[in-house]
Amino acid sequence: MTDAATTGTVAEPLAELAPEPPAQLALVDLRGVTRDVVLPDGRKLEILRGVDLTVGPGEHVAVVGRSGTGKSTLLNILGLIDSPTSGEYLLEGTPIGRLRSRARARRRGDDFGFVFQQFNLLQGRTALENVAAPLLYARGRKFWTRTRLAAQMLDRVGLGDRLETMPEKLSGGEQQRVAIARALVRGPRVILADEPTGALDVDTGRAIMDLLDEAATDTGAALVTITHDLAIASRADRQFRLADGVLVPIHLDSPAAVVESAEVPLGGMSPAGAGSAVGQRGAHELEATA
Amino acid sequence: MSGFLSGVVGAILEAWDELRIHKVRVLLALIGVAAAVTAITAVTAAVTMLQQAMQEQGERMAGRDTTLVASLWSSSPVPPPAAEIDAAVDSVTERYGITYYSVESWGSLSVRTGGGDQPIEQVQFVDPDYGTILRLDVDGGRWFTEADAQQFAPVLVVNQPFLDAFAGGATVAEHPTVLLGGDTPVTAAVIGTVPVQYPEEGPRALLLFDHALRWAPDSARAEMYRFWVPPANAADLGQVIERDLVAAGFTASVEPPFTDAFLLDSASRWIVLGVGGFALLLGGLGLLNIGLVTVRYRIREIGIRRSFGATGGRVFFGVLMESVVATFVAGVIGVVIAVAVVKNIPVEAVFGTALQDKPPFPLSAALVGMACAIAVGALAGLIPAIYAVRVKVIDAIRY
Repeated sequence: MTDAATTGTVAEPLAELAPEPPAQLALVDLRGVTRDVVLPDGRKLEILRGVDLTVGPGEHVAVVGRSGTGKSTLLNILGLIDSPTSGEYLLEGTPIGRLRSRARARRRGDDFGFVFQQFNLLQGRTALENVAAPLLYARGRKFWTRTRLAAQMLDRVGLGDRLETMPEKLSGGEQQRVAIARALVRGPRVILADEPTGALDVDTGRAIMDLLDEAATDTGAALVTITHDLAIASRADRQFRLADGVLVPIHLDSPAAVVESAEVPLGGMSPAGAGSAVGQRGAHELEATA
Repeated sequence: MSGFLSGVVGAILEAWDELRIHKVRVLLALIGVAAAVTAITAVTAAVTMLQQAMQEQGERMAGRDTTLVASLWSSSPVPPPAAEIDAAVDSVTERYGITYYSVESWGSLSVRTGGGDQPIEQVQFVDPDYGTILRLDVDGGRWFTEADAQQFAPVLVVNQPFLDAFAGGATVAEHPTVLLGGDTPVTAAVIGTVPVQYPEEGPRALLLFDHALRWAPDSARAEMYRFWVPPANAADLGQVIERDLVAAGFTASVEPPFTDAFLLDSASRWIVLGVGGFALLLGGLGLLNIGLVTVRYRIREIGIRRSFGATGGRVFFGVLMESVVATFVAGVIGVVIAVAVVKNIPVEAVFGTALQDKPPFPLSAALVGMACAIAVGALAGLIPAIYAVRVKVIDAIRY
């Protein structure tokens, strides 16, 4: 089966089941985005194949998929770290492809906040300095009041008493809280979380997701989460599955249902999962971590 | 404007932060730069001081750098009285606003002792300005003033052999006096002493020309004058003074201003600076090496910063600034060390002569040192900065 065929035959019925994107102007709008890389032996590897995705302001979206399916590449394209090989990316209606690298960097800093699986805190800097770091690239009042803003944000994630603590002295959950504070400190329009609970235990991961959901809701930022964890994904307003470079909308049941059906991850997928090509493939690829 | 300012300040803060985090590594890299800057700055300053020392030494022999020397003589069989010549010179100096001038005349005097009149080996008749024009140092007491010329009794500035020979080895603090011999013996007070110029120097005395006219008129001759003229019109004044003295009835010859014959050869200076520059180059190469290692070590961090919105230019500028800020700090330290060294140079031991006008630490030396440090920082930071910009953000984050 060709990729085009997969997209055409499977994605279309599923799209009908996906929730309608917000009527207002989409914050993020990917149209037929592809991403290819050339391997050392000269062959072309297609990482993303005709991805369509819209995310509205304040919307929570989850993308699931097993390792190597292109989730991080998708996130990097969304966050303007990477560029599509073809297709169009509109950010609030602005074609990103026409922006020069400087403008892209500015929009990346202004509009996106990243939360990484491995936290990616700057070593040798205190929690406060880590959270203030993105504000070094801000302008105006945000730049000049960066230390105060960073302290406020750390207080908001419950680390107001750990301002001067070095990352290595913090637990994994605390480090991820610092990373979330850092992602939020510039007031991003979109929070991009790449396996935010991947390095944490279940309880800590749940607490971190609570915090991330709450922070995103409070600030009105859209949240795009990439995860292996169906329980985490099910918290989102809409869920997608990325397999073989194709993004397919899915529906997950409530978090409780997913937890209960730990042995059957596809049990949480409905209704097109069973019997469909994507569903069959997903049965092998998805691993419920709940 | 606000964005530009916050960008520049942000880059500098970022650079300073990096240096703070990696201070031990940076410190080791910068020791060489600081040492080289110290060398360059200290050498530049020392050269300036050496020039000053040599100039002062030259001026002690020939007068200040724009001193004109007028030799006068008369063609008539009976030379005009010295007082008449002196009056003519006074007139010329007043006309051209020459503030410092002095007669310089070698004469003879004797001191009356128990064994009769003993001639003084060296006797000079001068005006009070002579000390200023020839940077004459006194190592005890004081030099002549205009008030001394108004006194009736003569006063003397002598050397220590004079005191040893005629005042029983007294010091000037004991206010010794001697009885000058000749037709009209008179008691002269010693008011100051000058250093001995060479080993085995005999008794030497300096007497004001006005006193010489009064107490040793036969010995006082107004044959040579020194004029310390303003530098702006030194060359013109030479001809003008000569013309006026000739017009006054004297045969005069005025020599051109003292030239820079004693100044340090500029080639020597460049050689010394070249050695310092080579040391700085080595320091810069060390810094470049450290900079490249550091950038590789920081790839992940650079990627994270790019995710914060750091532009390529900002990353380039930031890495470059790290190097520049580091060498700037090293430069400041180097200059401070150089100032401390130069200020504490035992001038007399090094240059062989004490400096009367010890020059302040030359600003140019400090600027040269700082400029070299910053230039090395910029050059050493350039390659790491280019490397940092070329790193792919995705690869950097995953590094």
